[in-house]
Amino acid sequence: MTKLDSKIPEGPLDKKWSNYKANQNLVNPANKRKLDIIVVGTGLAGASAAASLAEMGFKVKSFCYQDSPRRAHSIAAQGGINAAKNYPNDGDSVYRLFYDTIKGGDYRSREANVYRLAEVSNQIIDQCVAQGVPFAREYGGTLANRSFGGALVSRTFYARGQTGQQLLLGAYQAQSRQIKQGNIEMYPRMEMMNLVIIDGKARGIIARDVITGELKRFSAHSVVLATGGYGNVFFLSTMAMGSNVSAAWQSYKKGAAFGNPCFVQIHPTCIPVHGEYQSKLTLMSESLRNDGRIWVPKHKEDAERIRKGEITAGDLPEEGRDYYLERRYPAFGNLVPRDVASRAAKERCDAGFGVGNTGLAVYLDFKDSIERLGKDTIEAKYGNLFQMYEKITDENPYETPMMIYPAIHYAMGGLWVDYELQTTIPGLFATGEANFSDHGANRLGASALMQGLADGYFVLPYTIQNYLAHEINTPRFSTDTPEFDAAEKETSEQLISLMNIKGTKSVDTFHKKLGKIMWEYVGMARNMEGLKTAIEEIRELRKDFYANLRIPGELNDLNPELQKATRLADFLELGELMAMDALNREESCGGHFREEYQTGEGEALRDDKQYNYVAAWTFSGEGKAPEMIREALVFEEIEVKQRNYK
Amino acid sequence: MDLKLKIWRQKNASERGRFVNYKISNISPDSSFLEMLDVLNEELISFGEEPVVFDHDCREGICGTCGMYINGRPHGPDELITACQLHMRKFRDGETIVIEPWRARAFPVIKDLMVDRSAFDELMQDSGYVSVNTGNAPDANTIPVQKEQADLSMDAATCIGCGACVAACKNASAMLFVSAKVSHLALLPQGRVEAKKRAALMVAKMDALGFGNCTNTGACEAECPKGIKLTNIARLNREYYKASIF
Ligand SMILES: Cc1cc2nc3c(=O)[nH]c(=O)nc-3n(C[C@H](O)[C@H](O)[C@H](O)COP(=O)(O)OP(=O)(O)OC[C@H]3O[C@@H](n4cnc5c(N)ncnc54)[C@H](O)[C@@H]3O)c2cc1C
Ligand code: SF4
Ligand code: FES
Repeated sequence: MTKLDSKIPEGPLDKKWSNYKANQNLVNPANKRKLDIIVVGTGLAGASAAASLAEMGFKVKSFCYQDSPRRAHSIAAQGGINAAKNYPNDGDSVYRLFYDTIKGGDYRSREANVYRLAEVSNQIIDQCVAQGVPFAREYGGTLANRSFGGALVSRTFYARGQTGQQLLLGAYQAQSRQIKQGNIEMYPRMEMMNLVIIDGKARGIIARDVITGELKRFSAHSVVLATGGYGNVFFLSTMAMGSNVSAAWQSYKKGAAFGNPCFVQIHPTCIPVHGEYQSKLTLMSESLRNDGRIWVPKHKEDAERIRKGEITAGDLPEEGRDYYLERRYPAFGNLVPRDVASRAAKERCDAGFGVGNTGLAVYLDFKDSIERLGKDTIEAKYGNLFQMYEKITDENPYETPMMIYPAIHYAMGGLWVDYELQTTIPGLFATGEANFSDHGANRLGASALMQGLADGYFVLPYTIQNYLAHEINTPRFSTDTPEFDAAEKETSEQLISLMNIKGTKSVDTFHKKLGKIMWEYVGMARNMEGLKTAIEEIRELRKDFYANLRIPGELNDLNPELQKATRLADFLELGELMAMDALNREESCGGHFREEYQTGEGEALRDDKQYNYVAAWTFSGEGKAPEMIREALVFEEIEVKQRNYK
Repeated sequence: MDLKLKIWRQKNASERGRFVNYKISNISPDSSFLEMLDVLNEELISFGEEPVVFDHDCREGICGTCGMYINGRPHGPDELITACQLHMRKFRDGETIVIEPWRARAFPVIKDLMVDRSAFDELMQDSGYVSVNTGNAPDANTIPVQKEQADLSMDAATCIGCGACVAACKNASAMLFVSAKVSHLALLPQGRVEAKKRAALMVAKMDALGFGNCTNTGACEAECPKGIKLTNIARLNREYYKASIF
């Protein structure tokens, strides 16, 4: 049975990371050149790690499925990145950022990891500025900040509504420099399909060349997965079309534990679903909640008339509007954390107060702030988001309130990692959204970019050396080994069997069905019966998939349908594990809301006696029930309380 | 909506391509252009035919992966958007839509509408960065940056690397892209140090990669989904000139 050792260093919380660094093993420069590291993924977590490791002298092989590393989905992040700089002098500190993150995560994350994250946050901003990231500035030339949900201070740095793209370009540029210097070999359009383990250690990957369909082998002393989140298990999400769980899932099937799979985040402000043909959901940055006020009609009859198109939002007088977040949570108002805001929107819509032709939307209104600050100020802050909204909906948000609804956005769950970001497979590390580490049951806005870059620039490049220091006598090895043969054969057989089904239904037909099951039963509100139904239905769907899938085209060719099919095959297994995890967790916390466990006021009701742990699932073989191992969470610094945003 | 589609189909880089006509019906005007192609592809799959291959990922106008000529225009008939942000309400019922891949020597076709834009990455690898290692940075507020400069830098940095500028240019020049990259960094004190060298190296690399010369026709600016301005090219030329006289 897999054992979990979180490897949290000894000592007081604020000394753990410096103690760790002072005592860890390092690799000397001459030996670094002899060590290879595979980094799968070129988002913030992957690109920053690849660049930093290469600068240190390691030889890095970097992979992504897009045509260019610069296109990883980190690029889509809009709102900003947190750091404890306290530039606005509003009382922020490392401790407060740590505290907010633990509380925001509903006390389901590890204190030591989160403290370290807060500690290195300031260095990230320094690093990015040095790379030429054009953060927003004040007239005096200093960096500007804005506030985000779940915090009472302004600690979010941003670059218009494109923070992700600008941070990623910084990391991509650093990576490009190392490619030129010959320290990184870059493999775009190369999709990891399998993990190769030799003598119990991660030693390489099997990847498929997306253009030719050829399977290729790559070896290294260590493998890092920075492959992003698995929101696309819901089909509709704010993720990129190609975002997938396959690299993590294949590693799970090779022995890596998967932490808290049921913890996914539903973002409160996305453009509502409008039709069957829809392929993805577009986020409207949470930063909009700084200046936008969320409301629905106070009277059901008005909501009905709006849905029928008889009246519009503008026809309702102030008294006819219910600013339900401000009403329920006077202290945080529109800036409550995401899970709270999402559930409140669902509650209003389920109760019949929703707007839009489907009734599954609420208003996000800028009227008051346009009056207070002027249209120009609002345009300078949110211009590109408003434009994006208008292009999609054909409505002008300067004049009519936006309509929004929650959508799947982020996966807090992911590969289980210890303090060193190592999975339960020695030599296999996971960073960024792909790991489960820092956000507990709910992530605060602007903290994913922070975590991705913390992992890649400042944590992994150190911790991986503690492992590699023992590998300096391992020579570079060939891919001509029985383990590589076996892994390639396994993948090749999977691909052939998918091609050979020759049924009648397309990949998307199945993916949409899976999405509906997940959203219905494993989405914003869950209950025992629903989760059991989900497990049944997913199993049926999986059978149908393997009996009736049709993939046109050829195996050894550019074949996007085959690519989608391999990803969906893994989602069809992950979905079941998520439902099992949600079923096991008989409490509500953060993004995981079990209807059976709520307070009289409809807030999430945790059960700290029984569920104060990370659920790490391990694979026991095809068709067998996975095993669940608990990592107990110990809070030494913070007093565990019910979250209160009133 | 009912539409006629005329789409470029090409099996691979070495085979010749051709236009193929398709008919498609019941398209919602609220669907996006790529969702319309999804519907077409689902139909093709149901007939057992190979779907039309096109590049796309974020579908929200930021990753720069999508890109094709739609009725003769890169990213199609709307201003300041990418192909994935184009919506069907911009077309008329019954219209014929012509869809082709980017055409440029430096961007060879891979299959159907998908092209190889790795030349952009090679340009960036040449010198499109600030030479700073992780861990070397001073406090972020040590060097104040004029807000106006930072804003101009940000304007240039919004380039998503889609390649529409190259596709729109009759010389297939990458000047708008390169100028956006050079301007983004040259306008900030951190990038200023290497600005001249960067400009010289990137321009030389652009020629080496088979991009054409800039003859100031301005077609790139007109089609750029992110509104990158020609003034960036003027700035690049100044940097380049400085590099060649010093
Ligand atoms: C629309 C949107 C807005 C957001 N806004 C914010 C925000 O304002 N602030 C914030 O903090 N967070 C935000 N987030 C969350 C944040 O952007 C992500 O969590 C974070 O960027 C993830 O980074 P990553 O490096 O872990 O993964 P990604 O950036 O998703 O990168 C994944 C990489 O893995 C590669 N990959 C995946 N699978 C394979 C495979 N099998 N083989 C090879 N390569 C593979 C991909 O090619 C890619 O390079 C937002 C997210 C979304 C979707
Ligand atoms: S300059 Fe404009 S058109 Fe050219 S690559 Fe950048 S965003 Fe695309
Ligand atoms: S798919 Fe990302 S810009 Fe169009």
